Amino acid sequence: DPVSFSDRAIGRVEVKETTCYMCACRCGIRVHLRDGEVRYIEGNPKHPLNQGVICAKGSSGIMKQYSPARLTRPLRRKPGAERGASDFEVISWEEAFSVLAERLERLRAEDPKRFALFTGRDQMQALTGLFAKQFGTPNYAAHGGFCSVNMAAGLIYTIGGSFWEFGGPDLDRAKLFVMIGTAEDHHSNPLKIAISEFKRRGGRFISINPIRTGYSAIADEWVAIRPGTDGALLLALIHEIIKQGLYDRDFLVQYTNAAELVVDDPEREDYGLFFRAEMHVEEGCFDPDNKLWWDREVGPIGTHTPGADPRLLGAYKLDDGTPVKPSFQLLKERVEDYTPEWAERITGIPAETIRRLAHEMGITARDQKIELPIQWTDCWDNEHASVTGNPVAFHAMRGLAAHSNGFQTIRALGILMTVLGTIDRPGGFRHRAPFPRPIPPCPKPPHGPEAVQPNTPLDGMPLGWPARPEDLFVDEQGEAVRLDKAFSWEYPLSVHGLMHNVITNAWRGDPYPIDTLLLFMANMAWNSTMNTSAVREMLVDKDENGEYKIPFLVVCDAFSSEMVAFADLVLPDTTYLERHDVFSMLDRPISEFDGPVDAVRIPVVPPKGECKPFQDVLIELGTRLGLPAFVSEDGRRKYRDYPDFIVNYETSPGSGIGFLAGWRGKGGEKFLKGEPNPRQWEMYASNGCVYHHELPRSYQYMRNWNKGYLHWARAHSMTRYAEPIVLHVYSEVLQRFRLAAQGKRPGRQPPERLRQRVATHFDPLPFYYEPLETGLIDTHRYPLNALTQRPMAMYHSWDSQNAWLRQIHSHNYLFMSPRVGAANGFDDGDWVWVESPHGKVRCQCRFSEAVEPGTVWTWNAIGKAAGAWGLSAQADEARKGFLLNHLIAEELPANPAGAHLSNADPVTGQAAWFDLRVRVYKAAGDEPAVTSPQFAPMPRLPGQERRRGKWQAYVAGMFKK
Amino acid sequence: MTQLALVIDLNVCVGCQACVTSCKQWNTSGWAGPLVDQNPYDAEPSGTFFNRVQTFEIGSFPDTETVHFPKSCLHCEEPPCVPVCPTGASYKRADNGVVLVDYDKCIGCKYCSWACPYGVREVDVQQRVMKKCTLCIERITDESLTERERKPACVLACPTSARLFGDVHDPNSAVSVAIREEGGYQLMSEWGTKPSNHYLPRRKIRRHLDPDEIIRVDNPLRKEDLTTYTDEETLDDVTW
Repeated sequence: DPVSFSDRAIGRVEVKETTCYMCACRCGIRVHLRDGEVRYIEGNPKHPLNQGVICAKGSSGIMKQYSPARLTRPLRRKPGAERGASDFEVISWEEAFSVLAERLERLRAEDPKRFALFTGRDQMQALTGLFAKQFGTPNYAAHGGFCSVNMAAGLIYTIGGSFWEFGGPDLDRAKLFVMIGTAEDHHSNPLKIAISEFKRRGGRFISINPIRTGYSAIADEWVAIRPGTDGALLLALIHEIIKQGLYDRDFLVQYTNAAELVVDDPEREDYGLFFRAEMHVEEGCFDPDNKLWWDREVGPIGTHTPGADPRLLGAYKLDDGTPVKPSFQLLKERVEDYTPEWAERITGIPAETIRRLAHEMGITARDQKIELPIQWTDCWDNEHASVTGNPVAFHAMRGLAAHSNGFQTIRALGILMTVLGTIDRPGGFRHRAPFPRPIPPCPKPPHGPEAVQPNTPLDGMPLGWPARPEDLFVDEQGEAVRLDKAFSWEYPLSVHGLMHNVITNAWRGDPYPIDTLLLFMANMAWNSTMNTSAVREMLVDKDENGEYKIPFLVVCDAFSSEMVAFADLVLPDTTYLERHDVFSMLDRPISEFDGPVDAVRIPVVPPKGECKPFQDVLIELGTRLGLPAFVSEDGRRKYRDYPDFIVNYETSPGSGIGFLAGWRGKGGEKFLKGEPNPRQWEMYASNGCVYHHELPRSYQYMRNWNKGYLHWARAHSMTRYAEPIVLHVYSEVLQRFRLAAQGKRPGRQPPERLRQRVATHFDPLPFYYEPLETGLIDTHRYPLNALTQRPMAMYHSWDSQNAWLRQIHSHNYLFMSPRVGAANGFDDGDWVWVESPHGKVRCQCRFSEAVEPGTVWTWNAIGKAAGAWGLSAQADEARKGFLLNHLIAEELPANPAGAHLSNADPVTGQAAWFDLRVRVYKAAGDEPAVTSPQFAPMPRLPGQERRRGKWQAYVAGMFKK
Repeated sequence: MTQLALVIDLNVCVGCQACVTSCKQWNTSGWAGPLVDQNPYDAEPSGTFFNRVQTFEIGSFPDTETVHFPKSCLHCEEPPCVPVCPTGASYKRADNGVVLVDYDKCIGCKYCSWACPYGVREVDVQQRVMKKCTLCIERITDESLTERERKPACVLACPTSARLFGDVHDPNSAVSVAIREEGGYQLMSEWGTKPSNHYLPRRKIRRHLDPDEIIRVDNPLRKEDLTTYTDEETLDDVTW
């Protein structure tokens, strides 16, 4: 009788707390074990992020842990075996380390940049970046460049923070929520919790997306938009809001640069920059407050002069004759022609709808104002008796970001949010620590080739935030120093690097050949790469001497991904249930609106086989190579392993800043800053693996300009400056690059071929342009936009090895309007070819009414190469599943700005996945009912468990018996 | 008599499938398990799930609704699967109304699955018995768990709390209140099965904008009146 049955009485029961990693959200989990096997994974109800809930992926962690795709032994490509054939031999870790250390030692002594380290959706960039910097190579980045760097850069360069880890919509208090584009897989459980509560409170939810799936399904209104045209919509919304006077004037004046006067004389060297007055300037501040407003009574006056009432509009002349305009006037002029009718033609959204959306946003922001009885003081010493807010909240991620016009589109979004007065206020957008940060944040990349020296750490941060051309990482000709050409004039603000071009550039030897490429958790032979088929060829291509063009490939992964097949050396990583991890303030913590939060993972089961966490690999390698951070001055090992490193590492001796913010100080009595605490891991463990510092209420809002908060952040070393972070409606940073490109600015100049490109795209005000590739191909031949969406039950390619999740998505279809089928003569379910200028893929179509008729789409990364991920070569993923990436070029067609420019945003280098144009036609009747292209099946690797048979019946405690 | 049931709020269900796999992981190692998988790493994988989410579209572009519809045993008050069972393996508990299968008696004849109009019974092809949602019977009755934990795994997991659990016979329970106040309905009530699980419908929030809301005296454009006058003639200069 089940009623008298207690599950907890069966076997040896343990419950351990750690942090999920079935996607990048980092929810707290409780893992129940029975006789050492995972019995049940539930959300930790005490965790601030997920508050006890868990998603489909998190609930399927068991099948990740016991997947037959697990790698368990270090492997080396057999001598004489062809790369890509998966012909490996098992080696010991000692051999793996000595092979790698010997090679890297030589490279470091000769030319450190011939070693490149790129990582995928990992969560340890503070450590991987430290390793690269210590090694001395500039060739390091994580996956951000092909993920959402436009979203990070576009908003951080505008409001000093961005979505997801850096901030988000305050749905607890919002009245109107607008989600634009696909955004399902970032902050997913917290967002699901919040959207549900928001709707139950009667909030109105509008989704703007070419496709109605995911969260859009429960939107009160779905606005279908053509892909890549979000910028046009946002600019038309700003147009209408300004035209109707629905903007928050007080907010714009006090907290943004909207009223600041811009030099309006094209002949002057400082054209388009803020007029800088001769006045006392505080030493060492990041943005001197020597700019002017135009007061309606007295004319030019220092910004934030008490009692001043500045104009937002108009054109004026200063006493010295300089013509100036408030930057808001320039914004108004910019959006003058961006009418709803103009946007209708581009977006496909009726002008009436655009107008109504603008009115609804503006009126809700103005008339449903929130006032919280929280006293606070701003940076100009004005006391405020309350915190007020305008309850219109937005959320967007990759849908806006993954276009080559994404940076300026996201600038437009930031400005829309700003004119509505919603930044770090209740009901709008709220920051998460350590944001807001100065615009742009302080860390800078190295500035020239001399930063790379043999046997020396890199001189500069591995990645950073350029504020002017002098911050670029270029040589005397103005050409790239990095392999991925990040921070060059081709992509000046590529703050996350350009991982998507690494293999192509290394293969071509442009800007130079490399020797060793170490990839961690990055499936660059499949879904994490554009132009997949060609990239797979590059990985095995040889030079005239018969040597591989990329001589040595090292892959660290927990599973037999497609990339593993191309490795010369395979390092088996642990799963998330077997490892320590930290989500650090130095990297990407999981802070809440109300204060800093960081978290850890603590192993709940022992590693399988010989699996070793990648962090331990890096620390061991760093120690063997004698990198200064990992050895003492006499060359001895500093850290036993990763947990030891986390406890004892400080950013500099005695800085008190380490990877973890919680329970610092000798006895754990300090936070954010303090001496190493030997019991830090235990203290995290006893608190659900999470540290949450809740700020006083008066520090929780208006943080860009909140004196108390900024001084608190400065005192706790979260920021270098306790100065106001005025919002950049107008971006002087961008104008500096434009002036250089126009030859009007002394100092660094772009190469001639790039002048026009930089001058066009570094516009200090947002503008709309067609995605770059669209202008270089025949759009009549390729009339349809093709997109991917993110299934909520899978995270990228991570879950095809998961027996439960693959039953939800074992293969994918190309979804499209029935009108596409009618126009091209095929029916629902037919096999079709989808073709771009770069390639074609055969797949099955499925008709849907929930998609804008000019768009076709599919679920991302469901299709797999035969035999990969522990699946049989006959698995649906390989036979019926398909990958759209084969159709997406990693480079633009040759054009005057260059022959090999990345198919990416010209400002940030963000991979333009969503710019894809295709045509679709029926496959011939005699073609096989199998997707194309197909690849030779990947065999089972040594150390990989034999695939299970026809049946699998998982019962914890009995599975392995 | 107590009748335990789920109330599923379609207004907030985003179709994330958390209920599907959290059910699977709890139950495969639980009283009603295992929930076997066929071809787990091969072509056409399938397996036993007590709960599945179906997604369908309503209307045609651009007036399209996408509906995510989680479906599991509805624990009918008049369950048609029970009387058809030749061995008495299918039964409805008197104490809490949960419909269960006694695997020791089940012969896998599938009569119950034919009788069920909702298609929520799953045959375990390996063990040759019928399996179905138990409302996590061993969890919800386990006194050693805290009250918060004494809920079906799907209810605990659901990120949008779209799944409410309780006694639909108790008029004051959260589920009864939700059914009463939010328009809860039964699936195919005309079959007389009296399903205990209910669904809450989609509810739209609309916003009516009055033209008066746009033109207001506090419009900030009024503060930007930029009219300037030069010395051109006016009627004051030329008329008398």
